[in-house]
Amino acid sequence: MSSDAKAVGSKKAGSPLGLRIAAITGLLFLHLPLALIILYAFTTEERSFQFPPPGYTTKWFGVAWYERPDIWPPLYLSLKVAAIATLMALVLGTLAAAALSRAKFFGRETISLLFILPIALPGIITGISLRSAFDIMGLDFSVWTIILGHATFCIVVVYNNAIARFRRLSGNLIEASMDLGADGFQTFRYVILPQIGSALLAGGMLAFALSFDEVIVTTFTAGQQSTLPIWMLSELIRPRQRPVTNVVAVFVIFVTLIPILAAYYLTREGEHTGGASK
Amino acid sequence: MTTATLERPRTSLLTALSDTFFRQPKLLTLLLLLPPLLWIGVVYVGSLFALLLQSFYSLDDFSGLVNHQFTLSTYAQLFEEANLQIILRTVLMAALVTLASAIIAFPIAYYAARYARGWTKALFYLAVMMPLWSSYLVKVYAWKLILAKEGILTWMAEGLHLKWLLDGILALPVIGGPSLSFSYIGTFLVFVYVWIPYMILPTQAALERVPSNYLEAAADLGADPRQTFNTVIFPLALPGIIAGSIFTFSLTLGDYIIPQIVGNSRLMIGQAVYTLQGTAGNIPLAAAFAVVPMAIMGVYLWMAKRMGAFDVL
Repeated sequence: MSSDAKAVGSKKAGSPLGLRIAAITGLLFLHLPLALIILYAFTTEERSFQFPPPGYTTKWFGVAWYERPDIWPPLYLSLKVAAIATLMALVLGTLAAAALSRAKFFGRETISLLFILPIALPGIITGISLRSAFDIMGLDFSVWTIILGHATFCIVVVYNNAIARFRRLSGNLIEASMDLGADGFQTFRYVILPQIGSALLAGGMLAFALSFDEVIVTTFTAGQQSTLPIWMLSELIRPRQRPVTNVVAVFVIFVTLIPILAAYYLTREGEHTGGASK
Repeated sequence: MTTATLERPRTSLLTALSDTFFRQPKLLTLLLLLPPLLWIGVVYVGSLFALLLQSFYSLDDFSGLVNHQFTLSTYAQLFEEANLQIILRTVLMAALVTLASAIIAFPIAYYAARYARGWTKALFYLAVMMPLWSSYLVKVYAWKLILAKEGILTWMAEGLHLKWLLDGILALPVIGGPSLSFSYIGTFLVFVYVWIPYMILPTQAALERVPSNYLEAAADLGADPRQTFNTVIFPLALPGIIAGSIFTFSLTLGDYIIPQIVGNSRLMIGQAVYTLQGTAGNIPLAAAFAVVPMAIMGVYLWMAKRMGAFDVL
Protein backbone atom coordinates (compact mmCIF):
# COMPACT_ATOMS: atom_id res chain seq x y z
CA MET A 1 0.00 0.00 0.00
CA SER A 2 2.90 2.33 0.64
CA SER A 3 4.63 1.41 -2.58
CA ASP A 4 3.08 4.34 -4.41
CA ALA A 5 4.05 6.81 -1.75
CA LYS A 6 7.52 5.31 -1.65
CA ALA A 7 7.90 5.61 -5.41
CA VAL A 8 6.97 9.27 -5.30
CA GLY A 9 9.20 9.85 -2.30
CA SER A 10 12.21 8.19 -3.86
CA LYS A 11 11.70 10.15 -7.04
CA LYS A 12 12.03 13.31 -5.01
CA ALA A 13 15.02 12.26 -2.95
CA GLY A 14 17.18 10.39 -5.43
CA SER A 15 18.53 11.77 -8.67
CA PRO A 16 18.83 9.94 -11.98
CA LEU A 17 22.19 8.14 -12.16
CA GLY A 18 23.08 9.74 -15.50
CA LEU A 19 22.52 13.22 -14.11
CA ARG A 20 24.62 12.48 -11.05
CA ILE A 21 27.49 11.16 -13.16
CA ALA A 22 27.34 14.17 -15.47
CA ALA A 23 27.32 16.59 -12.52
CA ILE A 24 30.22 14.90 -10.74
CA THR A 25 32.30 14.59 -13.94
CA GLY A 26 31.67 18.28 -14.53
CA LEU A 27 32.88 19.18 -11.07
CA LEU A 28 35.99 17.02 -11.47
CA PHE A 29 36.68 18.80 -14.76
CA LEU A 30 36.61 22.05 -12.78
CA HIS A 31 39.01 20.92 -10.06
CA LEU A 32 41.57 18.40 -11.30
CA PRO A 33 43.61 20.93 -13.33
CA LEU A 34 44.34 22.94 -10.18
CA ALA A 35 45.58 19.80 -8.41
CA LEU A 36 48.05 19.34 -11.25
CA ILE A 37 49.55 22.79 -10.61
CA ILE A 38 50.38 21.71 -7.08
CA LEU A 39 51.88 18.40 -8.24
CA TYR A 40 54.21 20.11 -10.72
CA ALA A 41 55.57 22.41 -8.00
CA PHE A 42 57.37 19.32 -6.67
CA THR A 43 58.78 17.89 -9.90
CA THR A 44 62.51 17.53 -10.47
CA GLU A 45 62.10 18.25 -14.20
CA GLU A 46 62.47 21.96 -14.90
CA ARG A 47 62.47 22.12 -18.70
CA SER A 48 59.32 20.28 -19.73
CA PHE A 49 55.93 19.29 -18.34
CA GLN A 50 56.75 15.58 -18.35
CA PHE A 51 54.04 13.39 -16.80
CA PRO A 52 54.41 11.57 -14.50
CA PRO A 53 57.20 13.71 -13.04
CA PRO A 54 60.51 11.79 -13.04
CA GLY A 55 61.14 12.62 -9.36
CA TYR A 56 59.91 14.74 -6.50
CA THR A 57 61.63 17.51 -4.56
CA THR A 58 60.75 20.45 -2.34
CA LYS A 59 63.77 22.50 -3.39
CA TRP A 60 61.78 24.86 -5.64
CA PHE A 61 60.13 26.51 -2.63
CA GLY A 62 63.60 27.42 -1.37
CA VAL A 63 64.70 28.55 -4.82
CA ALA A 64 61.65 30.80 -5.15
CA TRP A 65 62.24 32.33 -1.73
CA TYR A 66 66.04 32.85 -1.81
CA GLU A 67 67.27 32.83 -5.39
CA ARG A 68 64.59 34.68 -7.30
CA PRO A 69 64.61 38.34 -6.19
CA ASP A 70 62.58 39.16 -9.32
CA ILE A 71 59.45 37.79 -7.62
CA TRP A 72 59.30 40.28 -4.73
CA PRO A 73 58.79 43.70 -6.38
CA PRO A 74 55.83 42.45 -8.48
CA LEU A 75 54.33 40.87 -5.35
CA TYR A 76 54.58 44.14 -3.39
CA LEU A 77 53.12 46.11 -6.29
CA SER A 78 50.19 43.68 -6.59
CA LEU A 79 49.43 43.86 -2.88
CA LYS A 80 49.61 47.65 -2.89
CA VAL A 81 47.37 48.02 -5.93
CA ALA A 82 44.85 45.50 -4.61
CA ALA A 83 44.68 47.19 -1.19
CA ILE A 84 44.12 50.71 -2.53
CA ALA A 85 41.73 49.63 -5.29
CA THR A 86 39.69 47.62 -2.78
CA LEU A 87 39.38 50.57 -0.38
CA MET A 88 38.23 52.88 -3.17
CA ALA A 89 35.79 50.28 -4.44
CA LEU A 90 34.38 49.74 -0.95
CA VAL A 91 33.47 53.39 -0.58
CA LEU A 92 32.16 53.94 -4.12
CA GLY A 93 30.42 50.57 -4.46
CA THR A 94 28.61 50.91 -1.13
CA LEU A 95 27.44 54.44 -1.96
CA ALA A 96 26.11 53.27 -5.31
CA ALA A 97 24.30 50.30 -3.76
CA ALA A 98 22.82 52.46 -0.99
CA ALA A 99 21.51 54.99 -3.48
CA LEU A 100 20.11 52.52 -5.98
CA SER A 101 18.47 50.30 -3.39
CA ARG A 102 16.65 53.04 -1.49
CA ALA A 103 14.83 54.86 -4.22
CA LYS A 104 13.09 54.31 -7.49
CA PHE A 105 13.77 57.11 -9.90
CA PHE A 106 13.92 57.75 -13.58
CA GLY A 107 17.02 56.23 -15.17
CA ARG A 108 17.71 53.86 -12.27
CA GLU A 109 17.83 50.82 -14.54
CA THR A 110 20.27 52.55 -16.87
CA ILE A 111 22.52 53.56 -14.00
CA SER A 112 22.55 50.07 -12.51
CA LEU A 113 23.45 48.72 -15.96
CA LEU A 114 26.26 51.28 -16.09
CA PHE A 115 27.75 49.92 -12.86
CA ILE A 116 27.73 46.36 -14.22
CA LEU A 117 29.19 47.37 -17.58
CA PRO A 118 32.88 47.09 -16.57
CA ILE A 119 32.46 43.33 -16.07
CA ALA A 120 29.80 42.76 -18.74
CA LEU A 121 32.09 44.09 -21.46
CA PRO A 122 35.32 42.17 -22.15
CA GLY A 123 38.23 43.30 -19.97
CA ILE A 124 40.25 44.16 -23.03
CA ILE A 125 37.80 46.99 -23.79
CA THR A 126 38.34 48.50 -20.35
CA GLY A 127 42.06 48.08 -20.94
CA ILE A 128 42.34 49.61 -24.39
CA SER A 129 39.85 52.37 -23.45
CA LEU A 130 41.96 53.46 -20.50
CA ARG A 131 45.07 53.18 -22.66
CA SER A 132 43.45 55.43 -25.29
CA ALA A 133 42.41 57.93 -22.63
CA PHE A 134 45.92 58.05 -21.12
CA ASP A 135 47.28 58.50 -24.61
CA ILE A 136 44.95 61.39 -25.41
CA MET A 137 45.56 63.09 -22.05
CA GLY A 138 49.31 62.50 -22.25
CA LEU A 139 49.26 60.68 -18.88
CA ASP A 140 52.34 58.64 -17.95
CA PHE A 141 51.97 55.11 -16.60
CA SER A 142 52.25 54.83 -12.84
CA VAL A 143 50.88 52.85 -9.91
CA TRP A 144 47.83 55.11 -10.13
CA THR A 145 47.04 54.23 -13.73
CA ILE A 146 46.87 50.58 -12.63
CA ILE A 147 44.71 51.43 -9.61
CA LEU A 148 42.36 53.50 -11.77
CA GLY A 149 41.54 50.45 -13.86
CA HIS A 150 41.31 48.04 -10.95
CA ALA A 151 39.04 50.25 -8.84
CA THR A 152 36.64 50.49 -11.78
CA PHE A 153 35.90 46.77 -11.95
CA CYS A 154 36.23 46.25 -8.18
CA ILE A 155 33.34 48.69 -7.66
CA VAL A 156 31.10 46.21 -9.46
CA VAL A 157 31.99 43.39 -7.06
CA VAL A 158 31.36 45.46 -3.93
CA TYR A 159 28.21 46.92 -5.48
CA ASN A 160 26.79 43.46 -6.26
CA ASN A 161 27.43 42.19 -2.73
CA ALA A 162 26.16 45.33 -1.05
CA ILE A 163 22.98 45.73 -3.11
CA ALA A 164 21.91 42.15 -2.39
CA ARG A 165 22.15 42.87 1.33
CA PHE A 166 20.55 46.33 1.12
CA ARG A 167 17.53 44.77 -0.58
CA ARG A 168 17.11 42.35 2.30
CA LEU A 169 17.46 45.10 4.88
CA SER A 170 14.18 45.48 6.68
CA GLY A 171 12.60 48.92 6.45
CA ASN A 172 10.83 48.25 9.75
CA LEU A 173 14.08 48.31 11.70
CA ILE A 174 15.07 51.65 10.21
CA GLU A 175 11.65 53.12 10.97
CA ALA A 176 11.80 51.74 14.50
CA SER A 177 15.20 53.34 14.99
CA MET A 178 13.84 56.69 13.76
CA ASP A 179 10.77 56.34 15.99
CA LEU A 180 13.02 55.81 18.97
CA GLY A 181 14.68 59.12 18.27
CA ALA A 182 17.84 58.19 16.41
CA ASP A 183 18.88 60.59 13.68
CA GLY A 184 19.93 59.38 10.25
CA PHE A 185 23.60 59.05 11.14
CA GLN A 186 22.87 57.12 14.32
CA THR A 187 20.56 54.84 12.40
CA PHE A 188 23.33 54.23 9.90
CA ARG A 189 25.93 53.62 12.59
CA TYR A 190 23.90 51.37 14.91
CA VAL A 191 21.26 49.76 12.68
CA ILE A 192 22.34 49.69 9.04
CA LEU A 193 26.10 49.23 9.32
CA PRO A 194 25.99 46.14 11.58
CA GLN A 195 23.66 44.52 9.07
CA ILE A 196 25.58 45.31 5.90
CA GLY A 197 29.04 44.98 7.47
CA SER A 198 29.62 41.34 6.62
CA ALA A 199 28.41 41.84 3.03
CA LEU A 200 30.85 44.73 2.63
CA LEU A 201 33.69 42.65 4.08
CA ALA A 202 32.82 39.82 1.68
CA GLY A 203 32.65 42.23 -1.27
CA GLY A 204 35.94 43.77 -0.25
CA MET A 205 37.64 40.40 -0.04
CA LEU A 206 36.39 39.33 -3.45
CA ALA A 207 37.47 42.68 -4.87
CA PHE A 208 40.92 42.16 -3.38
CA ALA A 209 41.18 38.66 -4.86
CA LEU A 210 40.03 39.96 -8.23
CA SER A 211 42.50 42.85 -8.26
CA PHE A 212 45.40 40.72 -7.00
CA ASP A 213 44.85 38.35 -9.89
CA GLU A 214 43.93 40.77 -12.70
CA VAL A 215 46.05 40.69 -15.83
CA ILE A 216 43.88 41.56 -18.86
CA VAL A 217 43.29 45.20 -17.98
CA THR A 218 46.60 45.59 -16.18
CA THR A 219 48.81 44.92 -19.18
CA PHE A 220 47.26 47.98 -20.83
CA THR A 221 47.59 50.29 -17.83
CA ALA A 222 50.92 49.19 -16.35
CA GLY A 223 53.42 50.27 -19.00
CA GLN A 224 56.79 48.84 -17.94
CA GLN A 225 55.67 48.02 -14.39
CA SER A 226 55.19 44.42 -13.42
CA THR A 227 52.48 43.10 -11.12
CA LEU A 228 52.57 39.47 -9.97
CA PRO A 229 50.16 38.28 -12.72
CA ILE A 230 52.24 40.13 -15.33
CA TRP A 231 55.38 38.48 -13.95
CA MET A 232 53.63 35.14 -14.21
CA LEU A 233 52.47 35.81 -17.75
CA SER A 234 56.01 36.59 -18.85
CA GLU A 235 57.17 33.35 -17.20
CA LEU A 236 54.51 31.44 -19.13
CA ILE A 237 55.66 32.91 -22.41
CA ARG A 238 59.41 32.69 -21.71
CA PRO A 239 59.85 30.06 -19.00
CA ARG A 240 63.03 30.05 -16.91
CA GLN A 241 62.53 27.55 -14.09
CA ARG A 242 59.07 26.14 -14.67
CA PRO A 243 58.61 24.65 -11.17
CA VAL A 244 59.28 28.09 -9.63
CA THR A 245 56.32 29.42 -11.61
CA ASN A 246 54.31 26.57 -10.07
CA VAL A 247 55.45 27.50 -6.58
CA VAL A 248 54.24 31.07 -7.17
CA ALA A 249 51.01 29.68 -8.65
CA VAL A 250 50.42 27.57 -5.54
CA PHE A 251 50.98 30.70 -3.44
CA VAL A 252 48.47 32.62 -5.59
CA ILE A 253 45.92 29.80 -5.26
CA PHE A 254 46.07 30.09 -1.48
CA VAL A 255 46.10 33.89 -1.41
CA THR A 256 42.91 33.96 -3.47
CA LEU A 257 41.34 30.93 -1.79
CA ILE A 258 41.29 32.47 1.69
CA PRO A 259 39.24 35.56 0.76
CA ILE A 260 36.85 33.40 -1.30
CA LEU A 261 36.15 31.03 1.57
CA ALA A 262 35.88 33.93 4.02
CA ALA A 263 33.48 35.78 1.71
CA TYR A 264 31.36 32.67 1.38
CA TYR A 265 31.26 32.24 5.15
CA LEU A 266 30.34 35.88 5.71
CA THR A 267 27.51 36.04 3.19
CA ARG A 268 26.14 32.69 4.28
CA GLU A 269 25.91 33.96 7.86
CA GLY A 270 24.22 37.06 6.52
CA GLU A 271 21.13 35.09 5.58
CA HIS A 272 20.25 34.89 9.26
CA THR A 273 20.60 38.62 9.84
CA GLY A 274 17.88 40.06 11.99
CA GLY A 275 14.96 41.47 10.08
CA ALA A 276 16.04 39.71 6.91
CA SER A 277 12.73 37.91 6.55
CA LYS A 278 10.26 40.30 5.09
CA MET B 1 5.73 66.51 29.84
CA THR B 2 5.48 64.29 26.85
CA THR B 3 5.36 67.27 24.52
CA ALA B 4 8.58 68.54 26.03
CA THR B 5 10.50 65.55 24.70
CA LEU B 6 8.84 65.78 21.33
CA GLU B 7 9.71 69.43 20.91
CA ARG B 8 13.24 69.11 22.16
CA PRO B 9 15.19 71.59 20.08
CA ARG B 10 17.62 69.97 17.70
CA THR B 11 20.67 72.15 17.54
CA SER B 12 23.49 69.89 16.46
CA LEU B 13 24.61 70.42 12.91
CA LEU B 14 24.62 66.69 12.21
CA THR B 15 21.05 66.36 13.44
CA ALA B 16 19.97 69.26 11.29
CA LEU B 17 21.64 67.64 8.31
CA SER B 18 19.99 64.34 9.12
CA ASP B 19 16.60 66.07 9.29
CA THR B 20 17.17 67.69 5.93
CA PHE B 21 17.90 64.29 4.43
CA PHE B 22 14.79 62.87 6.06
CA ARG B 23 12.61 65.59 4.57
CA GLN B 24 14.37 65.46 1.21
CA PRO B 25 15.13 61.80 0.51
CA LYS B 26 15.95 62.62 -3.08
CA LEU B 27 18.76 64.89 -2.00
CA LEU B 28 20.35 62.08 -0.03
CA THR B 29 19.99 59.67 -2.92
CA LEU B 30 21.64 62.20 -5.20
CA LEU B 31 24.51 62.81 -2.78
CA LEU B 32 25.06 59.08 -2.35
CA LEU B 33 24.96 58.42 -6.05
CA LEU B 34 27.14 61.30 -7.16
CA PRO B 35 30.66 60.02 -6.27
CA PRO B 36 30.32 56.52 -7.77
CA LEU B 37 28.46 57.87 -10.78
CA LEU B 38 31.16 60.47 -11.39
CA TRP B 39 33.82 57.78 -11.13
CA ILE B 40 32.15 55.41 -13.58
CA GLY B 41 31.10 58.32 -15.76
CA VAL B 42 34.50 59.99 -15.97
CA VAL B 43 36.93 57.08 -15.74
CA TYR B 44 34.99 54.35 -17.49
CA VAL B 45 32.53 56.00 -19.86
CA GLY B 46 35.05 58.77 -20.49
CA SER B 47 37.61 56.16 -21.51
CA LEU B 48 35.10 54.43 -23.75
CA PHE B 49 34.64 57.74 -25.56
CA ALA B 50 38.41 58.12 -25.78
CA LEU B 51 38.45 54.69 -27.40
CA LEU B 52 35.77 55.69 -29.89
CA LEU B 53 37.63 58.91 -30.64
CA GLN B 54 40.90 57.04 -31.24
CA SER B 55 39.17 54.67 -33.64
CA PHE B 56 38.37 57.63 -35.91
CA TYR B 57 42.01 58.68 -36.04
CA SER B 58 44.50 56.96 -38.29
CA LEU B 59 48.13 55.96 -38.31
CA ASP B 60 50.42 57.71 -40.74
CA ASP B 61 52.19 54.87 -42.55
CA PHE B 62 55.35 56.88 -43.21
CA SER B 63 55.99 58.60 -39.90
CA GLY B 64 54.37 55.90 -37.72
CA LEU B 65 52.62 58.66 -35.75
CA VAL B 66 48.92 58.94 -35.02
CA ASN B 67 47.20 61.43 -37.30
CA HIS B 68 44.61 63.24 -35.18
CA GLN B 69 42.14 63.92 -37.94
CA PHE B 70 38.68 62.46 -38.32
CA THR B 71 38.65 59.63 -40.83
CA LEU B 72 36.83 56.38 -41.50
CA SER B 73 39.87 54.80 -43.14
CA THR B 74 40.79 52.92 -39.96
CA TYR B 75 37.39 51.24 -39.92
CA ALA B 76 37.80 50.43 -43.60
CA GLN B 77 40.96 48.52 -42.69
CA LEU B 78 38.83 46.17 -40.58
CA PHE B 79 37.24 44.88 -43.76
CA GLU B 80 40.52 43.77 -45.27
CA GLU B 81 40.60 40.01 -45.79
CA ALA B 82 43.05 39.20 -42.98
CA ASN B 83 41.27 41.36 -40.39
CA LEU B 84 37.84 40.10 -41.35
CA GLN B 85 39.12 36.56 -40.83
CA ILE B 86 40.30 37.46 -37.33
CA ILE B 87 36.84 38.76 -36.47
CA LEU B 88 34.96 35.78 -37.91
CA ARG B 89 37.32 33.31 -36.24
CA THR B 90 36.81 34.97 -32.84
CA VAL B 91 33.02 35.13 -33.13
CA LEU B 92 32.86 31.48 -34.19
CA MET B 93 35.07 30.46 -31.27
CA ALA B 94 32.95 32.47 -28.83
CA ALA B 95 29.76 30.86 -30.14
CA LEU B 96 31.17 27.32 -29.86
CA VAL B 97 32.57 27.96 -26.39
CA THR B 98 29.19 29.33 -25.26
CA LEU B 99 27.34 26.31 -26.64
CA ALA B 100 29.71 23.82 -25.01
CA SER B 101 29.61 25.67 -21.68
CA ALA B 102 25.82 25.62 -21.68
CA ILE B 103 25.77 21.86 -22.33
CA ILE B 104 28.36 20.99 -19.66
CA ALA B 105 26.99 23.48 -17.13
CA PHE B 106 23.38 22.32 -17.30
CA PRO B 107 23.66 18.98 -15.44
CA ILE B 108 25.76 20.59 -12.69
CA ALA B 109 23.30 23.47 -12.31
CA TYR B 110 20.31 21.12 -12.45
CA TYR B 111 21.71 18.78 -9.84
CA ALA B 112 22.69 21.66 -7.55
CA ALA B 113 19.31 23.33 -7.93
CA ARG B 114 17.01 20.33 -7.56
CA TYR B 115 18.77 17.52 -5.71
CA ALA B 116 21.56 18.97 -3.60
CA ARG B 117 20.40 19.71 -0.04
CA GLY B 118 22.15 20.79 3.11
CA TRP B 119 25.88 20.15 3.00
CA THR B 120 25.92 18.91 -0.61
CA LYS B 121 24.31 22.20 -1.61
CA ALA B 122 27.06 24.14 0.13
CA LEU B 123 29.64 21.84 -1.41
CA PHE B 124 28.28 22.38 -4.91
CA TYR B 125 28.20 26.11 -4.40
CA LEU B 126 31.79 26.22 -3.19
CA ALA B 127 32.91 23.80 -5.89
CA VAL B 128 31.68 26.28 -8.49
CA MET B 129 32.72 29.47 -6.69
CA MET B 130 36.29 28.38 -6.05
CA PRO B 131 37.27 27.84 -9.69
CA LEU B 132 35.34 30.99 -10.61
CA TRP B 133 37.37 33.18 -8.30
CA SER B 134 40.69 31.37 -8.37
CA SER B 135 43.46 32.89 -10.41
CA TYR B 136 42.77 33.17 -14.11
CA LEU B 137 46.43 32.79 -15.06
CA VAL B 138 46.88 29.77 -12.80
CA LYS B 139 43.94 28.09 -14.54
CA VAL B 140 45.37 28.80 -17.96
CA TYR B 141 48.77 27.57 -16.80
CA ALA B 142 47.20 24.34 -15.53
CA TRP B 143 45.97 23.62 -19.05
CA LYS B 144 49.37 24.34 -20.51
CA LEU B 145 50.58 21.49 -18.27
CA ILE B 146 47.72 19.18 -19.26
CA LEU B 147 47.86 19.77 -22.99
CA ALA B 148 51.65 19.76 -23.41
CA LYS B 149 53.00 17.08 -25.74
CA GLU B 150 54.81 15.32 -22.88
CA GLY B 151 51.93 16.03 -20.46
CA ILE B 152 49.24 14.04 -18.71
CA LEU B 153 46.82 13.72 -21.65
CA THR B 154 49.41 12.08 -23.88
CA TRP B 155 50.42 9.83 -20.98
CA MET B 156 46.80 8.81 -20.43
CA ALA B 157 46.24 8.17 -24.12
CA GLU B 158 49.30 5.91 -24.16
CA GLY B 159 48.16 4.09 -21.04
CA LEU B 160 44.74 3.44 -22.54
CA HIS B 161 46.24 2.46 -25.94
CA LEU B 162 44.40 5.40 -27.51
CA LYS B 163 47.49 7.19 -28.86
CA TRP B 164 46.16 6.56 -32.39
CA LEU B 165 43.00 8.48 -31.51
CA LEU B 166 44.94 11.48 -30.15
CA ASP B 167 47.22 11.49 -33.21
CA GLY B 168 44.17 11.18 -35.44
CA ILE B 169 42.53 14.19 -33.80
CA LEU B 170 45.73 16.23 -34.08
CA ALA B 171 46.03 15.30 -37.74
CA LEU B 172 42.65 16.87 -38.49
CA PRO B 173 42.85 19.92 -40.72
CA VAL B 174 42.27 23.38 -39.15
CA ILE B 175 41.45 22.27 -35.60
CA GLY B 176 44.49 19.99 -35.19
CA GLY B 177 48.13 20.94 -34.78
CA PRO B 178 51.56 19.72 -33.65
CA SER B 179 50.21 19.15 -30.11
CA LEU B 180 47.01 19.98 -28.24
CA SER B 181 48.60 23.06 -26.72
CA PHE B 182 49.19 24.48 -30.21
CA SER B 183 45.75 23.77 -31.66
CA TYR B 184 42.25 25.25 -31.78
CA ILE B 185 41.02 22.25 -29.77
CA GLY B 186 43.32 23.29 -26.95
CA THR B 187 42.22 26.93 -27.10
CA PHE B 188 38.59 25.83 -27.11
CA LEU B 189 39.05 23.52 -24.10
CA VAL B 190 40.75 26.20 -22.03
CA PHE B 191 38.08 28.77 -22.86
CA VAL B 192 35.31 26.36 -21.83
CA TYR B 193 37.14 25.48 -18.64
CA VAL B 194 37.88 29.03 -17.58
CA TRP B 195 34.42 30.51 -18.28
CA ILE B 196 32.13 27.64 -17.32
CA PRO B 197 31.43 28.78 -13.72
CA TYR B 198 29.93 31.96 -15.22
CA MET B 199 27.43 29.72 -17.00
CA ILE B 200 26.65 27.44 -14.06
CA LEU B 201 25.64 30.12 -11.55
CA PRO B 202 22.90 31.95 -13.52
CA THR B 203 21.57 28.66 -14.93
CA GLN B 204 21.31 27.31 -11.40
CA ALA B 205 19.64 30.53 -10.20
CA ALA B 206 17.02 30.21 -12.95
CA LEU B 207 16.43 26.52 -12.23
CA GLU B 208 15.98 27.20 -8.53
CA ARG B 209 13.11 29.50 -9.37
CA VAL B 210 11.18 26.76 -11.15
CA PRO B 211 8.46 25.85 -8.63
CA SER B 212 8.39 22.11 -8.01
CA ASN B 213 4.59 22.05 -8.31
CA TYR B 214 5.00 23.03 -11.99
CA LEU B 215 6.84 19.75 -12.48
CA GLU B 216 4.21 17.83 -10.53
CA ALA B 217 1.49 19.51 -12.58
CA ALA B 218 3.28 18.52 -15.78
CA ALA B 219 3.54 14.93 -14.54
CA ASP B 220 -0.11 14.92 -13.46
CA LEU B 221 -1.14 16.09 -16.90
CA GLY B 222 0.66 13.10 -18.37
CA ALA B 223 3.96 14.56 -19.56
CA ASP B 224 6.87 12.13 -19.55
CA PRO B 225 10.20 13.43 -18.19
CA ARG B 226 11.39 14.40 -21.66
CA GLN B 227 8.26 16.42 -22.37
CA THR B 228 8.48 18.05 -18.94
CA PHE B 229 12.05 19.03 -19.71
CA ASN B 230 11.26 20.39 -23.17
CA THR B 231 8.10 22.29 -22.32
CA VAL B 232 8.58 23.33 -18.68
CA ILE B 233 12.13 23.15 -17.36
CA PHE B 234 14.13 24.27 -20.38
CA PRO B 235 12.00 27.32 -21.29
CA LEU B 236 12.13 28.49 -17.67
CA ALA B 237 15.89 27.91 -17.47
CA LEU B 238 16.55 29.71 -20.75
CA PRO B 239 16.85 33.24 -19.30
CA GLY B 240 19.52 31.90 -16.95
CA ILE B 241 21.41 30.22 -19.77
CA ILE B 242 21.27 33.43 -21.79
CA ALA B 243 22.51 35.41 -18.79
CA GLY B 244 25.43 32.98 -18.51
CA SER B 245 26.07 33.18 -22.24
CA ILE B 246 26.58 36.95 -21.94
CA PHE B 247 29.67 36.21 -19.88
CA THR B 248 31.04 33.25 -21.82
CA PHE B 249 30.51 35.01 -25.15
CA SER B 250 31.82 38.39 -24.09
CA LEU B 251 34.84 37.02 -22.23
CA THR B 252 35.85 34.83 -25.18
CA LEU B 253 35.47 37.71 -27.63
CA GLY B 254 37.91 39.87 -25.74
CA ASP B 255 40.47 37.41 -24.42
CA TYR B 256 44.02 37.65 -25.69
CA ILE B 257 45.94 35.62 -23.14
CA ILE B 258 44.43 32.15 -23.58
CA PRO B 259 44.98 32.00 -27.37
CA GLN B 260 48.48 33.35 -26.85
CA ILE B 261 49.45 30.65 -24.36
CA VAL B 262 47.43 27.73 -25.70
CA GLY B 263 46.79 27.97 -29.41
CA ASN B 264 48.24 28.32 -32.85
CA SER B 265 49.67 31.49 -34.30
CA ARG B 266 46.43 32.67 -35.93
CA LEU B 267 45.25 35.79 -34.12
CA MET B 268 41.97 36.47 -32.36
CA ILE B 269 40.46 39.94 -31.85
CA GLY B 270 42.00 40.38 -28.41
CA GLN B 271 45.48 39.48 -29.65
CA ALA B 272 45.10 41.87 -32.58
CA VAL B 273 44.17 44.71 -30.20
CA TYR B 274 47.05 43.87 -27.90
CA THR B 275 49.76 43.67 -30.57
CA LEU B 276 48.50 46.73 -32.44
CA GLN B 277 48.55 48.98 -29.36
CA GLY B 278 51.86 47.59 -28.13
CA THR B 279 54.75 47.01 -30.49
CA ALA B 280 53.01 48.44 -33.56
CA GLY B 281 51.87 51.59 -31.73
CA ASN B 282 48.77 51.64 -33.93
CA ILE B 283 46.26 52.67 -31.28
CA PRO B 284 43.63 53.80 -33.85
CA LEU B 285 43.37 50.36 -35.47
CA ALA B 286 43.52 48.67 -32.05
CA ALA B 287 40.63 50.89 -30.97
CA ALA B 288 38.64 50.09 -34.11
CA PHE B 289 39.18 46.38 -33.44
CA ALA B 290 37.99 46.81 -29.85
CA VAL B 291 34.81 48.49 -31.07
CA VAL B 292 33.85 45.21 -32.79
CA PRO B 293 33.24 43.19 -29.59
CA MET B 294 31.60 46.26 -28.09
CA ALA B 295 29.13 46.46 -30.95
CA ILE B 296 28.51 42.71 -30.89
CA MET B 297 27.94 42.75 -27.13
CA GLY B 298 25.64 45.76 -27.46
CA VAL B 299 23.36 43.79 -29.76
CA TYR B 300 23.73 40.70 -27.59
CA LEU B 301 22.81 42.54 -24.38
CA TRP B 302 19.82 44.13 -26.06
CA MET B 303 18.54 40.72 -27.17
CA ALA B 304 19.27 39.20 -23.75
CA LYS B 305 17.32 41.97 -22.04
CA ARG B 306 14.35 41.31 -24.29
CA MET B 307 14.44 37.64 -23.33
CA GLY B 308 14.40 38.45 -19.62
CA ALA B 309 17.95 37.36 -18.88
CA PHE B 310 18.67 40.36 -16.61
CA ASP B 311 16.15 39.25 -13.99
CA VAL B 312 18.35 36.27 -13.19
CA LEU B 313 21.61 38.18 -12.76
